[in-house]
Amino acid sequence: MAITREDVLHVARLARLEIPEEEIGRVQEQLSAILEAVGKVSELDLSDVEPTSHPLDVVNAWAEDEPRPSLPQDEALANAPDPEDGHFRVPAVG
Amino acid sequence: MPLDPTRWEPVIGLEIHVQLKTKTKMFCRCENVWGEAPNTRTCPVCLAHPGTLPVPNRQAIEWAIRLGLALDCEIAPRSLFHRKNYFYPDLPKGYQISQYDSPIATRGRFSVPGPDGDREMGIVRAHLEEDAAKTIHVGGEGGRIHGAGASLVDFNRGGTPLVEIVTEPDVRSAEEARRFLGLLRQTVVELGISDAEMEKGSLRCDANVSVRETGETGYRTKTELKNMNSFKFVADGIDAELARQVELYEDGGEVVQETLHFDPRSGRISPLRSKEQAHDYRYFPEPDLVPVEPSPELVGRLRDELPELPAARIRRLEEEIGFDLALGLVTSGRDELFARVPGDDRRATANVLMNQLAGAGVDPARVNADELAKLIAARDAIPRAAFDEALAASGDEGFTAERYLAEAAITDEGEIDAVIDRILAANEGQVQAYRSGKEGLLGFFVGQVMRETQGKANPKVVNERLRERLRA
Amino acid sequence: MSADTAGIDTLRLTAEEAAGLLERGEVSSAELVAAYRAAIEARDPELHAYLHVTDDEHAGDGGGVPIALKDVITTKGVPTTAGSRILEGYVPVFDSTVAARCKEAGLPLLGKTNLDEFAMGSSTENSGFGPTRNPWDTTRVPGGSSGGSAAVVAAGLAPWSLGTDTGGSVKQPASLCGVVGLRPTWGTVSRYGIVAFASSLDQVGPLAKTVRDCARLYGITAGRDACDSTTVELPAPVELPEREDLRGLRVGVPRELNEVDGIEPGVRERVQEAIRLAEELGAEVGETTLPRSVEYGLACYYLVAPAEASANLARYDGVRYGHRADLNGDGDLTALYERTRWEGFGAEPKRRIMLGTYALSAGYYDAYYGQAQKVRTVIKQEFAAAFEDFDVLLSPTSPTVAFPLGDKVENPLAMYLTDVLTIPPNMAGLPGLSIPCGLSEGLPVGLQILGPQFSENTLFAVGHALERALGFDFVPPRLAA
Ligand SMILES: [Mg+2]
Ligand SMILES: [Zn+2]
Repeated sequence: MAITREDVLHVARLARLEIPEEEIGRVQEQLSAILEAVGKVSELDLSDVEPTSHPLDVVNAWAEDEPRPSLPQDEALANAPDPEDGHFRVPAVG
Repeated sequence: MPLDPTRWEPVIGLEIHVQLKTKTKMFCRCENVWGEAPNTRTCPVCLAHPGTLPVPNRQAIEWAIRLGLALDCEIAPRSLFHRKNYFYPDLPKGYQISQYDSPIATRGRFSVPGPDGDREMGIVRAHLEEDAAKTIHVGGEGGRIHGAGASLVDFNRGGTPLVEIVTEPDVRSAEEARRFLGLLRQTVVELGISDAEMEKGSLRCDANVSVRETGETGYRTKTELKNMNSFKFVADGIDAELARQVELYEDGGEVVQETLHFDPRSGRISPLRSKEQAHDYRYFPEPDLVPVEPSPELVGRLRDELPELPAARIRRLEEEIGFDLALGLVTSGRDELFARVPGDDRRATANVLMNQLAGAGVDPARVNADELAKLIAARDAIPRAAFDEALAASGDEGFTAERYLAEAAITDEGEIDAVIDRILAANEGQVQAYRSGKEGLLGFFVGQVMRETQGKANPKVVNERLRERLRA
Repeated sequence: MSADTAGIDTLRLTAEEAAGLLERGEVSSAELVAAYRAAIEARDPELHAYLHVTDDEHAGDGGGVPIALKDVITTKGVPTTAGSRILEGYVPVFDSTVAARCKEAGLPLLGKTNLDEFAMGSSTENSGFGPTRNPWDTTRVPGGSSGGSAAVVAAGLAPWSLGTDTGGSVKQPASLCGVVGLRPTWGTVSRYGIVAFASSLDQVGPLAKTVRDCARLYGITAGRDACDSTTVELPAPVELPEREDLRGLRVGVPRELNEVDGIEPGVRERVQEAIRLAEELGAEVGETTLPRSVEYGLACYYLVAPAEASANLARYDGVRYGHRADLNGDGDLTALYERTRWEGFGAEPKRRIMLGTYALSAGYYDAYYGQAQKVRTVIKQEFAAAFEDFDVLLSPTSPTVAFPLGDKVENPLAMYLTDVLTIPPNMAGLPGLSIPCGLSEGLPVGLQILGPQFSENTLFAVGHALERALGFDFVPPRLAA
């Protein structure tokens, strides 16, 4: 399964990766080769098979609704690249 | 502005987010509170630090089931959480944990009483998810999203449990949407699972709006109206969008599927910039969580614990006091007090509860119903201002009607007559004018007497005595 | 024979022996730590197995046998990078559950070991901070992604360590470095605080010189954790193996896992010898088959793991921690995200993020991710059938011995093939133990011992008996000199 240049750009956009022009071709080639290999899964007719998303058959794991201490504000922000006024600052959203 | 019902039929579906008032968040045990200093109710989990994992809140799951049952839904014997992937600074993991193709509750009905009987609204699903964080826009011009220099993110709200309810496109007018919401809000409040305050954002509503020609059976293109934060704005927004769509069709145009923002101040509708341009959320089962399989015993217990729901009470009250008052009392949570207040004039009692008592901001739960009944019975005998004052105090500790009635009113006719005499003597010109036919001046005299008595005289008595004296 | 500080020979000392020394008061925990630090100072510069070595304050003084942790294991106050530039400078404010359990057990922390970035790779060459070299031959890779954790044990830079295994990342480097490594049953060891790669596959596992050491460390780390909803309590306590025979044990040899293309002849011979040895020790050996698991396992894995990774790595956005691109005041939020992530991630994570995003995207989900999840069911069923007839299955761990650095860097698919034997059982959530079973071309060969879910005690018993019979010398000759 070969993927197109547009596919690469679309996927990079969805994944928020700023792919430089000169790398698009190489990425396209590599992804195509990998997709061709993994596309092998479609050889099997598995229409009657249930998917497995958890290897273990565990259900109903939850916690009681009892508060635990939160982090102090300075610890919450300790690793922040751009803290401001108790908040995490980011460039304009729109 | 209502549509011409012979030509156009509105088709409206609602998506409602209800914030649950659990003590802790959906997937971590940070406190779920409002109004704290920014980023003081966060932990590695709700800040999405590397390696952290979600652990569901048992109370939130039970409450979602309780709400599902109140909406007459089927509770799924097995439901899953999914990841909904998109990038936004209020979404620390880069995905929201939500439920996708196996929600906790499906296929319900919500009965909405109306002036012409009940309307059943289909419920597609109710599912659990986590709320986003709060983003404040700073810098730039105007402070609103566009042109802002930066955003500041506060993760205190991030991860609050939400139940999202999706209705079938069964709503047929903006007014009906408003009624649906009012009833749903009250239901959620009575279930004890949410404050459901639109102003605070603990109840949020989006509407999917389309129109079709009357008699048409298929659906036309719908638009999505986002984030309307009061019942009135929901109704106004839907009306404005219905009108816009009808105008488009009548001009030979087409409706485009898009997400819209309603500005309640200008009444204008404009396209909203979307969070993820491609709208490809790449849902897949959340591998960090295991399936939810509520036991039949749990579901049975939660079903047994359901209180009588507001819709049923509206129907009971409707016969006694008419639909509007019944709806008003029940959706404002006053019908319980109404039932406690004795007295024969049920409509008058309902009116007082809906208008004056509501206007005075009294908490109905704190009112002594018997004292309130005495006050209502005496209401024609005392001045309006005095009655209002008494009502405003009716929720106070130790309130008694007698004391207020005694203090507030001048009931001695001799005292009133003396005042009337003084007023008439001081305004001979007006007395002459009245007697020569200008009967409209009666109000002037009443006003003078009331001012003189500081509003304590019974206006009914004042009226009667004045007429008698002026006739002489 | 090299003797380090206080006469402690870190090349030979097992964790169990170290614990014995401590118990008898012959050395102190601080002396052990000092001995390993000296070894690190002497031998790590050429190996680059550690990304971070702790000082006294951060090592802790629990009084036990010191340990090294793979740098995806979150340690409070000690840098945790996952081998990625995007987490450079990140200092966690909390401990992972396994780090906390090691602390509670009194194990001082020697440092954080090198790995393929976000545990994505099989050679540790994908580390954002430079590769680790194999202690047996420094021109070769140690395997990966837990290459640092395997190398520190092989080179005597830690008596034992923890790694993580998603597609074979404990078993394969254990094999290539001549040490013992356990990939536990998925759900028995908490993933809380383990920098996530592919959640439904990631599992923390011990690496050590002996099976008994592995069992000990597994016992310290395993068991239900309230912070990880997917964990369970062990059905039975961990048993330190003692028996030296295999009587009564049914050993299956899955044809495909032993005959797939690419298994080196020397590897095949050592494994066949080990299987014969099992028979001599009293096991009943028979052939079995896993036709679709081996043929489709790799393809299945390279859909499931990248898909989960694409979501797990979305949190690295430059907002709350880690690298943030400098936009020089020019650019909006999207530009910040896109540049931060392009700069911060290395080639392999970016490749897998894009692959996984594609496999989940509208129109492709059913053909790729959805289909892969069904293949997973098929693999589970095939293994379940095999375990009706056999207690354990044997195969090589890796088709090859350690390969030269740079050999597969330019060819991702060739690199992916190195996990062809470890991936199928991992897809089914099964435990697997890799023990060294001899040399080929002077380099260690690993034997993979697989069992059904929760069969760790059986794996330890089999591994221990074979280990005793094999008598493999785990000290790399070039270091023993
Ligand atoms: Mg939602
Ligand atoms: Zn939290």
